[in-house]
Amino acid sequence: MAVVFQKPHALTDAVLHYCPGCPHGIIHRLVAEAIDNLGIEGRTIGVAPVGCAVMAYDYFSCDMLEAAHGRAPASATGIKRCRPECIVFTYQGDGDLASIGMAETVHAAARNENITVIFVNNAIYGMTGGQMAPTSLPGQVTQTSPYGRDVNHCGWPIRVCELLSTLEGPEYVARVAVNNVKNVKAAGKAIEKAFRNQVENKGFSLVEVVSACPTNWGMTPQKALEWVESDMIPYYPLGVYKDRTAAKEAEQK
Amino acid sequence: MAERILMKGNEAIAEAAIRAGCRHYFGYPITPQTEIAAYMAKKMPKIGGVFLQAESEIASINMVYGAAAAGMRVMTSSSSPGISLKSEGLSYIAGSDVPAFVVNVQRGGPGLGGIQPSQSDYFQATKGGGHGDYHMIVLAPASVQEMASLTIKGFNLADKYRMTSMILADGTIGQMMEPISFEDAEIESYDKPWALTGTGMQRKHNIVNSLYLKPDELERTNFARFEKYKTIEENEALYEAYRMEDAEICVVAFGIASRVAKNAVAAARNEGVKVGLIRPITLWPFPKKALRQAAEQVKAFVSVELNMGQMIDDIRLATECTRPVSLCNRTGGMIPSPDQVLESIREAAKGVN
Amino acid sequence: MKTTQILIAGFGGQGILFAGKFLAYKGLLEDLQVSWLPSYGPEMRGGTANCNVILSDDPVGSPIITSPDVLIVMNLPSLQKYVDTVVPGGQIYVDSTLIGEKVTRSDVQVFYIPATQMAGDAGVSTLANMIMMGCVLKNNPELSFDGTDETVRKLVPPKKAALVDLNLKALELGRDYEG
Repeated sequence: MAVVFQKPHALTDAVLHYCPGCPHGIIHRLVAEAIDNLGIEGRTIGVAPVGCAVMAYDYFSCDMLEAAHGRAPASATGIKRCRPECIVFTYQGDGDLASIGMAETVHAAARNENITVIFVNNAIYGMTGGQMAPTSLPGQVTQTSPYGRDVNHCGWPIRVCELLSTLEGPEYVARVAVNNVKNVKAAGKAIEKAFRNQVENKGFSLVEVVSACPTNWGMTPQKALEWVESDMIPYYPLGVYKDRTAAKEAEQK
Repeated sequence: MAERILMKGNEAIAEAAIRAGCRHYFGYPITPQTEIAAYMAKKMPKIGGVFLQAESEIASINMVYGAAAAGMRVMTSSSSPGISLKSEGLSYIAGSDVPAFVVNVQRGGPGLGGIQPSQSDYFQATKGGGHGDYHMIVLAPASVQEMASLTIKGFNLADKYRMTSMILADGTIGQMMEPISFEDAEIESYDKPWALTGTGMQRKHNIVNSLYLKPDELERTNFARFEKYKTIEENEALYEAYRMEDAEICVVAFGIASRVAKNAVAAARNEGVKVGLIRPITLWPFPKKALRQAAEQVKAFVSVELNMGQMIDDIRLATECTRPVSLCNRTGGMIPSPDQVLESIREAAKGVN
Repeated sequence: MKTTQILIAGFGGQGILFAGKFLAYKGLLEDLQVSWLPSYGPEMRGGTANCNVILSDDPVGSPIITSPDVLIVMNLPSLQKYVDTVVPGGQIYVDSTLIGEKVTRSDVQVFYIPATQMAGDAGVSTLANMIMMGCVLKNNPELSFDGTDETVRKLVPPKKAALVDLNLKALELGRDYEG
């Protein structure tokens, strides 16, 4: 019988702890597939965040570090500067990367640190039970914005890809989504490219994955994916925001 | 003997770190320790090492965390307010059992405080600083030569026990120049099978982590760590005893305060006062045994500190309050004069007679 | 057993710390125990600078000087601040170009050297500090004038080798000055 699908080697057999309908499982698989496809598992070191993916260190088969909240890009920098032959990635949520860890994110990008950052944006703090995130949409109801996010009171959501793409530093900045099969495929390609860039020593590559949180959004998984399409993606348009190598090649043509 | 050269205390730390095999430095500017970063910035690129100025103290300690997890000898340095920011990372490093080397060239506090020498981070260094049950090995140099020798020792101890060792210096020792000679550094080497190196597809993945969601597991981990701490307390405490043979008064001081105190002890001896000095070289582990023994011999202790009285608590604990302990202190960047210490010794001697 | 505590003070930019380093290196080359402690921080930016140098036959205790044996001052505020701290029988060296006041104490030896004027006249206007040092060496028998050459070479970075001769010239000017 032909094998049509199998778990990537770079994922362990541990049972994921994520909620039903949570796309983290898909994103983990895409990361693991990229590692498998590039044949780099034996020299890859992952850095897990604080947030829902805090236990990612149990799920990836490569060596793993559990970082302090928001500091994954700094710890990844430390590892990469010590072991440049290793492939170092971080896996972070929106609170971790765009709120408490914004300085570490921006400066790792500005240094063109040769690491790969997987940024999962689901517009909410999941692990702590659904508080407002730096990427929560205007009007979005959360535990700490019970009347909807009031931008006059607590400011506007941050578009990370747009912000980082203003920097000279980073090699590759792209936003993808995992709300349908087509988008999942495109996301897989972008993630693999972000890893390949590092293998080719091109520098800082960040892929923002627009994701969903059915549990804390208070929606069914199906409804949550619809909300990604109807509300999230219009605010966070998908696409490549920066690709230095592609831009250079286009210029030469 | 190696050639005597003049060097600033801060530079001595940097040079010694390189000799100890440290090739990775991550830091953020702050007075009065900037010479360490400047030295590293100049030297590291020439010897295949890494100097990186981070965006903050928080980032730099987390870079250290990553590099330490990767199994490398790595360091950062800062001064009091910067160490507060690094304390989060220090707690993670402790919780993950990775070795790191950290320098605190203290300045006056709290808050932004001042930039003049101080010892007011004694509690922070010896009692934790970050959250959770943990210790760091705390080394207190009193000369430029010791800035170097304790740096090398610090790296060795960090690797030996998989924890942070901290140099707790102050602006005076950091800024002053004294002759120093670099003997061949004794670099102890320890296997690091736990380090993140890539599995090479040859072994199960290593995980460096401080998260234990099951309380019984976390308790077991903490118990085991404190067993290690007990071993350290038994084996690694260091101190210098000066003129203690027949002493009836014992002055206790570390770092720059001990230099001033030594002058005062010599002056008091000239007046016929039987006084000696115990200078803790490790602040954690605190040389409890030496203090306990001294308590059987002397009638009173004088703690000389550049703070509002922090080490004095450890003296009282070590001696179980069997002898009176008085405080001779200045703070905010002020340093007691030998005369002030001498006066405190005289006062203590009056109580004795 | 002999210990000499030397306090040098003036404005930032006058080469106060450099002068102190010169004495420290001189002591080192003469196999003495030495310590050199500078003032540091923002106060240095155009403000006052001072440094403590201790030369001793024995290991140096506290590097902080409260009662100097030798005081070298290159501005008025420093003279006013430290004049009374000098031990009886000690020495005070005053740059008399910059300090018009006289020392009123009679229990100390005072040397007035118009160092800044002399430096300007000799075309080494930035080296008044070393003229002062030349005078200090002459009047302190425990520090000989021999070996100044080697000391200066230790201090001046190779890139600025041209400055070695100028420093030596300034030291000699100070040594030969008859007040």
